[in-house]
Amino acid sequence: MKQVFEILEKDSRTTPEEIATMTGIPVAEVEDIINKAERERAIVKYKTILDWRKLGEAEVLALIEVRIQPQMDVGFDALAERVYRFPQVRSAYLVSGGYDLALVVQGKTMHDVADFVAEKLAPLQGVQGTVTHFLLKRYKEDGEILVSGEEDKRLPITM
Amino acid sequence: MLDKVPPSGIRKFFDLIASMDDVISLGVGEPDFATPWHITETAIRSLEQGLTMYTSNCGMLELRQEVAGHLKATYGVEYDPETEVLITNGVSEGVDLAMRAVIDPGDEILIPDPSYVAYPACVLFAGGQPVWVPTSCDSEFRLRPEDVGVRITERTKGLLMGYPSNPTGAVMELSDLAKIADVAERHDLVVISDEIYSLMVYGTEPNCFASLPGMRDRTIVLGGFSKAYAMTGWRIGYAAGDSRFIGAMTKIHQYTALCAPIMGQVAALEALRAGAEEAGKMLEEYDRRRRVVIKGFNEIGLNCFEPRGAFYAFPSIVSTGLTSEQFAERLLLEEKVAVVPGTAFGPSGEGHVRVCYATSISNIEEALKRITLFVKRCRSKKRARD
Ligand SMILES: Cc1ncc(COP(=O)(O)O)c(C=O)c1O
Repeated sequence: MKQVFEILEKDSRTTPEEIATMTGIPVAEVEDIINKAERERAIVKYKTILDWRKLGEAEVLALIEVRIQPQMDVGFDALAERVYRFPQVRSAYLVSGGYDLALVVQGKTMHDVADFVAEKLAPLQGVQGTVTHFLLKRYKEDGEILVSGEEDKRLPITM
Repeated sequence: MLDKVPPSGIRKFFDLIASMDDVISLGVGEPDFATPWHITETAIRSLEQGLTMYTSNCGMLELRQEVAGHLKATYGVEYDPETEVLITNGVSEGVDLAMRAVIDPGDEILIPDPSYVAYPACVLFAGGQPVWVPTSCDSEFRLRPEDVGVRITERTKGLLMGYPSNPTGAVMELSDLAKIADVAERHDLVVISDEIYSLMVYGTEPNCFASLPGMRDRTIVLGGFSKAYAMTGWRIGYAAGDSRFIGAMTKIHQYTALCAPIMGQVAALEALRAGAEEAGKMLEEYDRRRRVVIKGFNEIGLNCFEPRGAFYAFPSIVSTGLTSEQFAERLLLEEKVAVVPGTAFGPSGEGHVRVCYATSISNIEEALKRITLFVKRCRSKKRARD
């Protein structure tokens, strides 16, 4: 069963028929496994990793460290929600160490991101400080190496 | 004697492919994965530490101990790492050394047909005479004891076989091997067993010829790292056997190779100690591709028995009316898919092509589409002719 998810994690377009061929599990069973996981949100979503730059669209990403004040009863969660509801926030994590929230924030320009930090994020009650790191280059994402150099280097025929 | 060894049967294809783009190659005999990073990293560390010298002729003792430990743990066969294990420059060197150690001029060596191309060549280089033992798809390309038996003469010295097989993907189960062991016992044969793909089996357990009763002392086991750990470029293999064999092989090796490269030996040691998990992941991926390939060829009507080892399938192309060589050449020219004609591996390979599935599923699927078109064209031409 784990195999089904491993295959989908690598390529979410793989059809139940293809998965059945690859694993030897009957198609109907593969479909059941997938449907159940979708219902339980064990499969959260099917998405596409894009290189927007190649598509001619500018995109600026920043990793932002946020220190926040935990609140009575709700701890970090309430303030985290205030933060992650912003559409600019692509990912949000509560982390251990020198700060509390790690965010990936997206904008069209550096100004967009800077404005978001200065006008939306920093002024929130409970946010004690932020550190913004602009991403300069994406080497690897979700297990995929994005820079070139991954082409087949083998001789085309060997015995 | 050199004249008796034909140039490699794939040179022509190699040159053709070099002049084309957008070729999907199912003709590569090595993993598409890079060596697992922990192995590479260990070797880099060793280079940084200045481990750039010769090792003992037989290879680093630690590695020989680890090899002996692996053979004992996996198959229950025991070897003395001091005198019964030799580290070689790949299994390639192991095959050559074994032949030179075993063969007296004119000795005959039995070889399953089809087999890995180096076997008959090494027998000839060592002054021996290779004798093909045909295998066929009716018996899923397993070696049958009766076919071995009838080819034994007073000059027969030994049997050189490799299962799981390159090019067929066939495996020999322990029960199949036991029948071969009987023949070996009866005719006092030396058995050279190339087990480079032994860990790469699907739905069955790895085995070792030397683990059969009475076989250890007449068998030279050749094992390697190239395939299961994706380490073709590191050039490390090993030979294990009785000290009379390993001693003779070491004597040749010490003068002709001195030792295997130390960085490769360090990497191989790491592979044996900690490589099982990554090797297992690669094997799972090969198994998925294997199923796609078998189903794909059978749907096209190019009958393919279920290969249960290595990363090859050996479908029959007889229904196209072409020879193996014509099929491979025209498929390449017309649809830009490279496969290797079965005849490159021996006369019994006629009617088949070797398909290597060490490539991504998307490549395999695209190749199957192109082969479908090609085969349709061949069949309609064949009907028009008939
Ligand atoms: C059956 C068989 N034996 C030996 C070898 C050579 O292996 P190595 O890289 O260890 O020299 C190969 C490589 O294709 C093979 O298929």
